Amino acid sequence: MTAHANELAVDVRGLRKQYGDVTAVDGIDLGIRQGEVFGLLGPNGAGKSTTVEILQGNRSRDAGEVSVLGSDPATGTRAWRSRVGIVWQDESAPAELTVRETVRHFARYYPRPRDPEEVIGLVGLEEKAGSRIKALSGGQRRRLDVALGVIGGPELLLLDEPTTGFDPAARRQFWQLIRKLADEGTTILLTTHYLEEAEALAHRLAVIAKGQVVAQGEPAALRDRHGDEATVEWTESDGTPRRERTDTPTRTVTELTRRFDGEIPGLRVSRPTLEDVYLRLTGQEDPR
Amino acid sequence: MTMTTTTGPATEARAAQRLPGAWGLGLQRGALEIKQFFRQREQVVFTFAFPVVFLFLFASIFSDDVQDAGITASQLYVPAMMAAGIMSTSFQSLGISIAIERDERVLRRLRGTPMPPASYFLGKIWLVLVTGLLETVVLLLVGTTLYDVDLPTDAGTWLRFAWIFVLGLTACALLGIAISSVPKSGKSATSVVVLPFLVLQFISGVYIAIDTIPDWMLNIGALFPLKWMCQGLRGVFLPESAQILEQTGSWEFGRIALVLGAWCVGGLLLCLLTFRWKNRRDG
Repeated sequence: MTAHANELAVDVRGLRKQYGDVTAVDGIDLGIRQGEVFGLLGPNGAGKSTTVEILQGNRSRDAGEVSVLGSDPATGTRAWRSRVGIVWQDESAPAELTVRETVRHFARYYPRPRDPEEVIGLVGLEEKAGSRIKALSGGQRRRLDVALGVIGGPELLLLDEPTTGFDPAARRQFWQLIRKLADEGTTILLTTHYLEEAEALAHRLAVIAKGQVVAQGEPAALRDRHGDEATVEWTESDGTPRRERTDTPTRTVTELTRRFDGEIPGLRVSRPTLEDVYLRLTGQEDPR
Repeated sequence: MTMTTTTGPATEARAAQRLPGAWGLGLQRGALEIKQFFRQREQVVFTFAFPVVFLFLFASIFSDDVQDAGITASQLYVPAMMAAGIMSTSFQSLGISIAIERDERVLRRLRGTPMPPASYFLGKIWLVLVTGLLETVVLLLVGTTLYDVDLPTDAGTWLRFAWIFVLGLTACALLGIAISSVPKSGKSATSVVVLPFLVLQFISGVYIAIDTIPDWMLNIGALFPLKWMCQGLRGVFLPESAQILEQTGSWEFGRIALVLGAWCVGGLLLCLLTFRWKNRRDG
């Protein structure tokens, strides 16, 4: 542990970005601790990619303070770039080269790269190491993208919607890979619009909607804080289904027990899932 | 938490000391570019075989003696196609390939690594040098075996050839890098790059002998490097008697050096001012 160990890996205050009349990022604050997996969750167009691009140093900002590994990304030096790994949303690698050639070549850009063969193994492309990139499937290309993102042995890895377009099995495999990297101590920022992905991977997450952070914290805490209200469902004697939202479900059930004098037909008591909370927070709640 | 997660100026300084050098990485990139180039068969045919096929067609169709010049029309086409070949492997090849790399976000990805930008351009220069030399050698082989072009025998003329090749190739490569920023997408790159190249070939004396091109057209062509590359290569590979075909009746080597040198400087400035790592929709 050093004096710097408690410093935030990513520290964002009051970040703003405007495209013409459209405000993509409207005053975002984020604090990502060293060694954690942080999920940036939000619907399409919420400002996730813009935020990540600013953190990468690939987009200018209109206002706000941004510190990534202690430096402002807008003036990132080569040394700084060597400590940040990037996996883009829509990637492309030289189609005519093989996986091994590409990973080996990218390793040369870095002062202290990881072993290319080890990285190819880490992303599970050993069998494809000699194949041309143009012959890879979409999921395999994505794993190559991750390989190129981590080949420099980054302290911080920025992943922008890494599993969009994956089938469920490929997504699970990808999650394993992210967990492996997190276990090695890499700080990871991951954007996603898949809630279960954020819940499965992130130690903490921020929900953003319309360019603003609407909630931030641990997934379970988010659910508890925003999900006090339970739903009690039952069926009346005449067969009409009923539903009641309440902060005191036990009291509701006790009353129903007295009224029905025993078993309540079709009884169901549910707490909102994280998905319900998420949809409510991002203003996409299903009106029922 | 492990030691690898420490931050701060000390780590930064240590990393900076060990960052690989731009020159060495440029060599690495050059090797990679050459490998990629020759694996793309369409691109090899497009940039490489085109001038050879055109030399064969034109030089075989037009083969009469040129009056008072002591040469045949076929001989005229050999230096002309060599100049076009140099421009094809530099201007056309770079203009199209960089536009596609930008569109496919290969450039943006490189920008996200600690690779110094100079290494990217050095890599392109190595690619263009190798392909340009190969192209020239192939065209010279065809020219000397089929169309009676004699290789120079004195070192001075070869030196002349060397500087025309290097200055012409550099100017055209820089213009190719500059024009790659013009097309909006990789798909439109071919037409944006090939059209001006084609027009220049007509008004610079590649397809049509300079003494038959109207003066005003030739004067427009003279604003660009290709006309001077053709003229210089004629001066290297044709007998002195062919000078009478030139606009001023002389090879004008001094002026050629001046124009090509000016285009190298101007092209470099243009590249520095206009080069983009991302396409327009990526901001």
